[in-house]
Amino acid sequence: MHDKYILRVKSLNFYYGTKQVLFDINMDIERNKVTALIGPSGCGKTTFLRCFNRMHDLYRANRYEGSILYNGKDILKLKDSIELRSRIGMVFQTPTPFPMSIFDNVAYGLKLKGIKNRAQLKERVEDALIKAALWNEVRDRLHSPATGLSGGQQQRLVIARALAVEPDVLLFDEPTSALDPIATAKIEELIVELKKFTTIIIVTHNMQQAARVSDYTAFFYMGRLIEMGKTDDFFTRPKKKETEDYITGKFG
Amino acid sequence: MSEKTGFKLRNNLFFYVSLLCAYFVPLIIITMFVVLLKESYPAIEKFGLFHFIVSSTWDPVKGIFGGAAPIYGTVVTTGLSLLIAAPLSIGIAIFITQISPARLKGIFGAAIELLASIPSIIYGMWGLFVLAPIMANHVEPFLKETLGRLPVLEYLFRGTPIGIDLLTASIILSIMIIPFITSVARDSFELVPATLIESAYGMGATKWEVIKDIILPYSKNGLFGGLILGLGRAIGETMAVAFVLGNKHQIVLSLLGASSTIPVTLANEFTEADTKIYLSSLFLLALILFVSSFIVLSLAKYLVIKDRKT
Amino acid sequence: MNGTRKRKLISTFFILICILSAATGLFFLVFILADLFVKGIHSINWSLFTQDFTPPGIPGGGLRYAIVGQLIIVGLSIFIGIPLGLLGGTFIAEYGRNHKIAKLISALSDLATSIPSIVVGTFVYAVIVKPAGHFSAIAGAVALAIIMIPVMLKTTENILKLVPWSLREAAFALGAPYYKVIFQIVYRSAATGLLTGGILSAARIAGETAPLLFTSLNNNFLSFDITKPMASLTVTIYRYAMGPYDNWHRLAWAGSFLITAFILFVTIISRLIIKWRYKKGA
Repeated sequence: MHDKYILRVKSLNFYYGTKQVLFDINMDIERNKVTALIGPSGCGKTTFLRCFNRMHDLYRANRYEGSILYNGKDILKLKDSIELRSRIGMVFQTPTPFPMSIFDNVAYGLKLKGIKNRAQLKERVEDALIKAALWNEVRDRLHSPATGLSGGQQQRLVIARALAVEPDVLLFDEPTSALDPIATAKIEELIVELKKFTTIIIVTHNMQQAARVSDYTAFFYMGRLIEMGKTDDFFTRPKKKETEDYITGKFG
Repeated sequence: MSEKTGFKLRNNLFFYVSLLCAYFVPLIIITMFVVLLKESYPAIEKFGLFHFIVSSTWDPVKGIFGGAAPIYGTVVTTGLSLLIAAPLSIGIAIFITQISPARLKGIFGAAIELLASIPSIIYGMWGLFVLAPIMANHVEPFLKETLGRLPVLEYLFRGTPIGIDLLTASIILSIMIIPFITSVARDSFELVPATLIESAYGMGATKWEVIKDIILPYSKNGLFGGLILGLGRAIGETMAVAFVLGNKHQIVLSLLGASSTIPVTLANEFTEADTKIYLSSLFLLALILFVSSFIVLSLAKYLVIKDRKT
Repeated sequence: MNGTRKRKLISTFFILICILSAATGLFFLVFILADLFVKGIHSINWSLFTQDFTPPGIPGGGLRYAIVGQLIIVGLSIFIGIPLGLLGGTFIAEYGRNHKIAKLISALSDLATSIPSIVVGTFVYAVIVKPAGHFSAIAGAVALAIIMIPVMLKTTENILKLVPWSLREAAFALGAPYYKVIFQIVYRSAATGLLTGGILSAARIAGETAPLLFTSLNNNFLSFDITKPMASLTVTIYRYAMGPYDNWHRLAWAGSFLITAFILFVTIISRLIIKWRYKKGA
């Protein structure tokens, strides 16, 4: 029935123009689990993340080789990514509230999908905001501009926005690096909770964060996947030397 | 020691010389206002400012002057030109920043800016000898046949199409102000953060949805600033309009009618004015133009600054 | 699935409209320049540059007197306007750098660049022509200079502000007084930009007609007397174009072609110089 793995990456190579930045990546992402991608700056983890929703298509001269199977279909061979992006959402490093009200932000993806019924929208917006642990803070000012929220609240708003369309996968690109410790803790709690509803892949440069929130951790270095495993095993008994060096702080 | 005092002296000298040069700009602006006020005072005294603005009588023989016709012409031509130029300019700016391939961006941008370097007298020449005949022989008859048959719009297209009219003048003006609006719009679009745009695409939005829902609302202030700047430019334009408007002191509803604007009236009549009150009335028109464009341009600048701040 | 197709169609539609707008803008540019070229190029011959005004009915005639007059008036206004703009912009970018008054003057200059040029003409008429009792080339030059000064000021300000502050600090640290720092360090680094800025400011006013209409007025003969009215290419084009004779129209096109060719040439060359200079990684 349901495949245990929602995403399967096979022999992925990626090029920025003529420069190769990802080398022969093979990885399976398990459904309803949190997979963390770690590694030093420039190792390719963010580049890899952005392959899942074909974000690279927005810029010229990028090339994919290999395949990423999503529910059996190779997303790298799709002609356009509009459908894909409504199933695989992304949260960025800096909070990106759209220039509209809180309600309209969360409803945006739903409206794109053609849902016009006011009652339906209200219900799904509230649902998403509850899941994102933001409902209580904004229930009285749903129609005020989203830019009036604090950084941490804005990030949770962005998460609510992504959740509203009920995506299969949520991609997080260093979601807490621009936030203070309290806001960070809230988001980390949220990520663990969200497993119930969706699959999460998170890029982070903070190893402790990866250890706290993820079920699986993958270590990238110089465009290659060095090692991947269950988080507990990964941090206590790394198999490769590079992994151990990175974890113990010898570089990065 | 004396070298040090030599330095100090020369530094002070340069400081004050450059300071004076800088102060020249506000000085000129203030002086201009004062001089125009002084020269137009006799007309203000004789006709009253408000009456001058609403009266359309322009009789050099009797010495009675009212600026309503040039003011009307200015308002109509600038308004219509903005109406035509706005969607075109924004479309061009969207094209340059969101659609055009990176390599051609520079060329397209430069080409549009080239439009701004063409002197206005060339627009006038082209308008008179090329556009006006086309308007008279093809476009205007066509408009009369189509829009001119509809109930309310028919009043806009009364009269014989000779090509020298408010419509042609407005079209020329609109071509002239396009580069200004486009330039400001481009800058505003480029200020939209890349992550915001990526977020929108990340939600599965189409290119147009990203433009419509994110980029345009985010650049609101800059866009308005650009439009108002275009307006400010159009208000003061003389030569492009002088060739194709006809210089008639009349207020007509029809776009096919000849009229005048403040700059055109000034251009055509300044050297003809033989009485003090005639000249003073012209100065009053100039004063009205000066103050209006100053207000409009200040508004534009304010909006653009507001846009940069967000 | 259907909803997405519709959205994609709508997107393509509006994108096409934007492409159409760009095409329209380009179309007018090409249309105008092509017309100018076609209509002006026939009349370019030696007589244009060697002959002066001839009354209608008498064949021949050239624009020499107008070209010379234009050069004199524009040259004079450059002589007045560029130094004032340059020094003013230097003050704003250097001595006045963090002062509120400098920011105010900078904002005012921005506004001043868009003031209707015909209003400047009326102003100069009131302060120079009326008291003197006659029109003159000087009045025309002053009108053009008034328009050019804020343009040159803003350009100078922008260019000088691009010079990194650290460069000035290094000079100060060696004991140089500010004016020397400006002349020997700042102006030197910004030389190319200042030069092209000056050229572009001049090109801006070289095509102006309105401010000359009642300051330098016009003339029908070759003259070098700047205290008297003088012909300018732009005003001459206007008079010829509005006249009834085909021959005059021909000359108007020739003059238009000359002026536009000159301005476009100068503009493009300046832009290329800037590109070349700053690409070198200077």
